[in-house]
Amino acid sequence: MAEGMVGTSKRSIALGHFLLILGCVIVAFPIWYVTVASTHSIQTILNPPLPMLPGAEAAQNYGEAFSGSITRIGGVSVERLLLNSTVMALGIAVGKIIISMASAFAIVFFRFPLRMACFWLIFITLMLPVEVRIMPTYKVMVDLGLIDTYAGLILPLIASATATLLFRQFFMTIPNELLEAARVDGAGPWRFFKDILLPLSATNIAALFVILFIYGWTQYLWPLLVTNSNSMNTIVIALRKMISFADADTPWNLVMVTSVLAILPPVLVVVLMQRWFVKGLVETEK
Amino acid sequence: MATLSLKDVRKTYGKTDVIHGVSIDIADGEFVVIVGPSGCGKSTLLRMVAGLEEITSGTIEIGGRVVNTLEPRARDIAMVFQNYALYPHMSVFDNMAYGLRIAGVRGDDLKARVAKAAEMLDLSTLLDRKPRQLSGGQRQRVAMGRALVRDPAAFLFDEPLSNLDAKLRVSMRLQIKDLQRRVATTSLYVTHDQVEAMTLADRLIVMNKGVAEQIATPMEIYDAPANMFVAGFIGSPAMNFLPATVTGSDLLISDGSRMPRPAGLQDGGVILGVRPEHLTRSRSAGPGTLTVRVLAVETLGADAFVHARLGESGSEDIVFRVPGHDRPAEGTVVSLAVDQDKVHIFDAATQRRISGM
Repeated sequence: MAEGMVGTSKRSIALGHFLLILGCVIVAFPIWYVTVASTHSIQTILNPPLPMLPGAEAAQNYGEAFSGSITRIGGVSVERLLLNSTVMALGIAVGKIIISMASAFAIVFFRFPLRMACFWLIFITLMLPVEVRIMPTYKVMVDLGLIDTYAGLILPLIASATATLLFRQFFMTIPNELLEAARVDGAGPWRFFKDILLPLSATNIAALFVILFIYGWTQYLWPLLVTNSNSMNTIVIALRKMISFADADTPWNLVMVTSVLAILPPVLVVVLMQRWFVKGLVETEK
Repeated sequence: MATLSLKDVRKTYGKTDVIHGVSIDIADGEFVVIVGPSGCGKSTLLRMVAGLEEITSGTIEIGGRVVNTLEPRARDIAMVFQNYALYPHMSVFDNMAYGLRIAGVRGDDLKARVAKAAEMLDLSTLLDRKPRQLSGGQRQRVAMGRALVRDPAAFLFDEPLSNLDAKLRVSMRLQIKDLQRRVATTSLYVTHDQVEAMTLADRLIVMNKGVAEQIATPMEIYDAPANMFVAGFIGSPAMNFLPATVTGSDLLISDGSRMPRPAGLQDGGVILGVRPEHLTRSRSAGPGTLTVRVLAVETLGADAFVHARLGESGSEDIVFRVPGHDRPAEGTVVSLAVDQDKVHIFDAATQRRISGM
């Protein structure tokens, strides 16, 4: 694929590798630095410069984090924070996929009045991200009594024009004859969805899941607004709350540990689903 | 197995009529081919029988039951699509079993029926493969198998061989014919290929612009085409049409040649139709012959088709067939005898057949 573009001479290969490695280093350095910091004592961290290599305090820092130090700071255990974030990210990813597949299915395969109107309504919500509609959404959540609940964390973020559009584009590439063959074979709409559409969408779903899981995991503004109780905080919010304005009051070693823990699940999702993710992004054959 | 009957079936999109009232009764086990140029409405008609396209008026009966408003699945039909439309994520076995599973067939019965169909189509060793691992011909056979395994009242074929290469098309054609004979299932088959139509059909429907121009056996259509469209569409190369005038005891061709006046014609303008295979080279010119100048020769091996122009200064093109080893040179003038028993006479105004043979 790259041949025609950059050539295959030794020099261009070396240059290509150099650029790739440089990119990796730039992207990976902050993560390395956080990981290193999470293995030093607070005194080392507060005495710049911070060493570039891991220290000896790893076991102690991580042990403290899980044995209640974080609970003393924020009032919630780190396990609870991870659980909250996981529930929220999973809920958003799965919810978005279900909602957007269902709406794309309706828009592409059914002829109903105002079909295009519905499509455009979904489409223009692209212009209304959470930040724009945050006040009305908050009011609705208060009225529904969903403050400090998982439903309140998840529901407002589920509707997704982007994912609906992606599925719509994919469904439109499915040959009409396939739908007709299924109809002749006796499949109704639900069977067609379950037996044909869902398996064919598997790689798209996987790719979307990775993207949406990370989107949900890194949410900041909405969880901050909709959770008052510490026990409903996500790990990203809790991390922010751990940092006090007076530098000396901040347990930097534990903050670093929490950061590492906060990064870990999205990284795991990407690594474990990498094969599917790439397939979903590049696959054209159906 | 069942009869299939269309009664004055019409289709209208807005104000445009695409099917102008087609009627035919297809006997149990009969193989009927719908043939016509692209855009003639042949696929639309087939899809109306399948239930994939609504009908505007008329009735469609399958096995004596009116199916006008039934969903495809309730019509007891199976369809083979032009691009096969195999489910890409399912194995050959699952592709063939899908319809049966929906119909509630399970276990050994399911396996036995798929195995039997696979056997008939020589697919037994491919049952675990995915469609993308198959060649075009194999995919085509799986598409056939998917129809066969259901044992439906009727098979519907929508140009099933168009995506295959020429050689494979010939062998698949024979295979389809053989298979249809063995299972004796009523079949409706759409194609634009007249060779496919002639070789497969018990009866042909020749369609043009939404009208069924003629419904008859292949030889009836070849011997007695109902009008100039059918005459020109069936037969390759196409029939020659020469404007002529009936006068006195002669049929006067536009270049001045004379033919004997066919019986039962009134004086006036007609169109004389002669197939390329009914013109033979003649030593002498004179009444009953045409004089042509050779323009080009297409050699096929056993035969050659000669493209020529009528008369010294004529404007009518004519094609005739000669043996491959006896070809006239380009630019020469030759005389052609017209087989008087095999000419066709069409009305110049209505283009309908008047007489002949």
